[in-house]
Amino acid sequence: MNTNTRSSTGIGARVPRLELQRLLSGRGRYIDDIKLPRMLHVCFVRSPHPHARIVSINVEPAKQARGVEAVLTAADINPRCEPFVGVALHRPGHRSAPQLLLASERAVWQGQPVVAVIADSLAEAEDAAELVAIEWAPLPVVGDQMQAIAPGTPAIHPELDDNVAFDFSLERGEPAKAFAEADYVIEEEFRFERQMAMTLETRGLIADFNPGDGSLTVIHAHQSPFQMQDVFSRHLKIPEHKVRVIAPDIGGGFGMKLNLYVDEMAAVVASMVLGRPVKFCVDRLESFVSDAQARDHRIKARIAFMKSGEIVAMEMDDIAAVGAYGMPMRFNVAEGMMAITITGAPYSFENYKARTRSIYVNKNLIGMYRGVGMPLACIATELLTDLAADKLGIDTVEFKRRTYRPKSSLPCITPGGQRLETVSFHECLEKLVELIDYDALRKEQRKLREKDVFRGLGIATFCEQTAYGPPYYGPSGAPISTQDGCNLRLEPSGSVRCVTSLTDQGQGTLTGIAQIVADTIGVSIEQVGVIGGDSSISPYGGGAWASRGMAIGGEAALRAGTMLKHNILALAGTITQTPPEALDIIDGQVVNTRTGQPVISLADVGRIGYFRQDTLPPDHDVQLSVSASFVGNDKMYYMANGVQASYVEVDCETGFIKVLGQWAVDDCGRVINPLLVDGQVRGGIVQGIGAVLYEECIYSDDANLLNGTMADYLVPMADEMPDIVVAHVETPEASTKLGAKGIGEAGLIGAMGSVWVAVNDALKPFGARVRHQPFTPERVLDALARARSGRR
Amino acid sequence: MLFDSTLSLKHNVQIMKARNFRYIRPDSLQHAYRILEENGGDAVPIAGGQSLLAGLNMRLSAPKLLVDIGGLKELAGQSQRDGTIRLGALTRHGELLQSDLVRKQLPLLAQAAAHIGHVAIRNRGTLGGSLAYADPAAELPACSVALRATLVLGSAAGEREVKAEDFFKGLFETDLRPGELIVAVKFPAPQANTTAGFAELARRRGDFALVGLAAMVSARRDRIEGARLVYFGCVDRAKVAASVSVAVSGLAMPVLDTAAFEREIRQDLTPDDTPGLRAETKLHMATVLTRRVLNSLVMQAAS
Repeated sequence: MNTNTRSSTGIGARVPRLELQRLLSGRGRYIDDIKLPRMLHVCFVRSPHPHARIVSINVEPAKQARGVEAVLTAADINPRCEPFVGVALHRPGHRSAPQLLLASERAVWQGQPVVAVIADSLAEAEDAAELVAIEWAPLPVVGDQMQAIAPGTPAIHPELDDNVAFDFSLERGEPAKAFAEADYVIEEEFRFERQMAMTLETRGLIADFNPGDGSLTVIHAHQSPFQMQDVFSRHLKIPEHKVRVIAPDIGGGFGMKLNLYVDEMAAVVASMVLGRPVKFCVDRLESFVSDAQARDHRIKARIAFMKSGEIVAMEMDDIAAVGAYGMPMRFNVAEGMMAITITGAPYSFENYKARTRSIYVNKNLIGMYRGVGMPLACIATELLTDLAADKLGIDTVEFKRRTYRPKSSLPCITPGGQRLETVSFHECLEKLVELIDYDALRKEQRKLREKDVFRGLGIATFCEQTAYGPPYYGPSGAPISTQDGCNLRLEPSGSVRCVTSLTDQGQGTLTGIAQIVADTIGVSIEQVGVIGGDSSISPYGGGAWASRGMAIGGEAALRAGTMLKHNILALAGTITQTPPEALDIIDGQVVNTRTGQPVISLADVGRIGYFRQDTLPPDHDVQLSVSASFVGNDKMYYMANGVQASYVEVDCETGFIKVLGQWAVDDCGRVINPLLVDGQVRGGIVQGIGAVLYEECIYSDDANLLNGTMADYLVPMADEMPDIVVAHVETPEASTKLGAKGIGEAGLIGAMGSVWVAVNDALKPFGARVRHQPFTPERVLDALARARSGRR
Repeated sequence: MLFDSTLSLKHNVQIMKARNFRYIRPDSLQHAYRILEENGGDAVPIAGGQSLLAGLNMRLSAPKLLVDIGGLKELAGQSQRDGTIRLGALTRHGELLQSDLVRKQLPLLAQAAAHIGHVAIRNRGTLGGSLAYADPAAELPACSVALRATLVLGSAAGEREVKAEDFFKGLFETDLRPGELIVAVKFPAPQANTTAGFAELARRRGDFALVGLAAMVSARRDRIEGARLVYFGCVDRAKVAASVSVAVSGLAMPVLDTAAFEREIRQDLTPDDTPGLRAETKLHMATVLTRRVLNSLVMQAAS
């Protein structure tokens, strides 16, 4: 790192996203903007039933419709693709039925694709899709996880005997003894309803199979082009070097565009069948029934503690409904596993018992979504510890000060199995307390209660597993690479071209990479061009997931930059007959480190290096293109952490909640770009508030989605959002040169925790607790009514 | 102007989510009446399109012909004569917020308009469109009933007048006959001692209300003399809550206790359970809202 020449665009600088002007002036290229010659459009006829047998399908009228090129069913599509079995090999006992692309004999979720209609235009495909006649015989529906595991409920997939996908327990210390001997035990039950990722741009791809050479190019709104290159090659039997996946501009991913979707695969197969490019863009209504969903957990949690304030044990019992199949590549055990393993992580305690179960139901698949199970762990931990502090008559901040794991205990493994090394709970808490003027807020809260105004203050501490390493995905059996890579090339004019394996869905990843490259080499960011998301041109890499861009891809860029700089200085030394050790690069000029005087410009180095090799000694080896890859070898993850606070007001007559203020103190290690990091935190906070207060896929008992439109599914909007204040503690990751940890999910995890605690804090005068997310007015009123009638 | 949306497909100019339809923009009201009469049930008038277009794109309905009445001068304008305020059917929600006439004479409409959607929706959505669509959770049908408005309905056969109270027949159902358009809405100027009160509970700003109340209340000193309370988002249409209106008359303000009208709310309003909201909760919310609206009138009077 070029520490002596910190430029205004290097590491730590507030650089706006490089693509902003292009995107904001309408010059972006999203899937739906891209047209290929002879391109067709596909739309799918989907199952209207959560569970039904297909009696017959008549596609003849659709085939005759104007503009229709083909109408394909399971018989045409499925044999061309190896089925998916979404099972994690590193989770013994995890099981799933094989998933085929189109439903053939029966459909097991509402929205499962059945027939693909391919036409010259999307409008014609949609018109023809209405002419497909499917006769259905509805079957009994398994609507939720409690019904699914009740005795006598038939298995959705008879070959599995029952509906349990995964059942995992862990125990550390002596939890039974600790609970029995504790002075106090508090138990709570939590419900988290299903929600959507709701990206601004829906899913989509253009599949372009070329029968001329048997190659497949897929332009794909996907977070991980290399994952998809592998999937297309492996499942469609195309040699891997003939598969190219390009991620163009993408309007939001949040994990949802990391999953593998059977409709997307079917669109690719359609291109292979027809030998023409096929575009598939999910429309908004379709996204409600076909995007991977998130959450859907019921959790029982307990905490045991002593009069002294010591926590002696915790317990978690999670039951998650994961849809009708295991999510291929990314599985459906992650939310539950994260929820139970991270619970309690910031706090000192030694006895722990936990269980998570993933249960099949007749609903759409659960997939990756921002935060995965971490917010659930944060909520359970922070609500229980807040209640424990109350029981003891200790202020919640003081309780945290006393019971956080002390720095002196690091590194350590928590009872849930989390490795903590460079976390900063105490520093973050003290900074937050100062930031929010804690005592003043508490005073105001007390005063307003006398006037029947009910405000709550919630503080939530969280751990964020970021940048998963090989120890996680390696043993899972999924061909997912946890490395990332970077190619750099000095251009003859002295600028630098960078190709990263990362992808950018709007978070500004590529800008961060440009900053690292510029900083490391010693040029300004204007001299660096970055391309990402093309599986054919960059080193192999993971892409965007698990908050890994800067931590892994950034480290690869730093290492590539160091290599290129070394090579540039070697060449400059040869040209100027100076030892390379005496040279450095500052602002695009090679300078003499002793005198500080410019020796030669990068433009001249490039010109000579490419066009005037005749002037160089014959044995000089000019390498102005370099490549570096990085993987955090021995680490499961880089653990980031933070503390957030929410100040809310609850209208106890109507059940309406208003978030008045939100504060975050985050430690993501080294901050590459404060502007973009704060953007990640703010965006996550808004999504977190949305999750707790608004977002819910409302299903009937028999698994019919009742609110599948943007009018009925409530996303958080600007009017309801509070001012958000973001501050940082920087504790660099010790195992990398860059020192960055992830930031993508922190905002959401902490905000969900703090809003949960704040709303329940506001309800304390009534003895009421709301524990069913989202906190709709009715659920708040129900909680108050329960308290009034003496129930909890 | 006649435009065939199917043409655009052939030239691949435009991709529509809706089923194919023809579009025509008549140049006079009589022309519009003629087209509607000739095409019968196949034709649907479109003004602001804020509900209709969403429905078409979701393929919930598939009219063969859209008759765009948005440019008809005969349906625009605001006037006041002989104690009656007449608002053209094409009056946009945004105009209700800005019009001096409305703010002075019909402040209820201005109060309500602020709650309708967002700016872009208010710039396009029309008074006539909202009434014709008859969404039970919409603001303007309730206000028109509360204000004792009369709707002027026109067709090739001539014009007729219907009281707002009689116009709304049920869920998205009105007294409009085939070929008929709302031409204008006539409001009697409210009496001097009546005050307008309006409130709604919506999850997010601009959303349809879970429960809403449009009220016209007359009071003398600190006592309610008479009230006309119209709830929306509660039952299948905007409806005067007759028993509640009687029950609150005579109450001293501020109203601290809701016991005086809780029973009547249950009597007048019989909401259904909806996803995420039970009827019982709606009734509770209506009760809270009633007290708050009545008390807000005291505040208004004081200021």
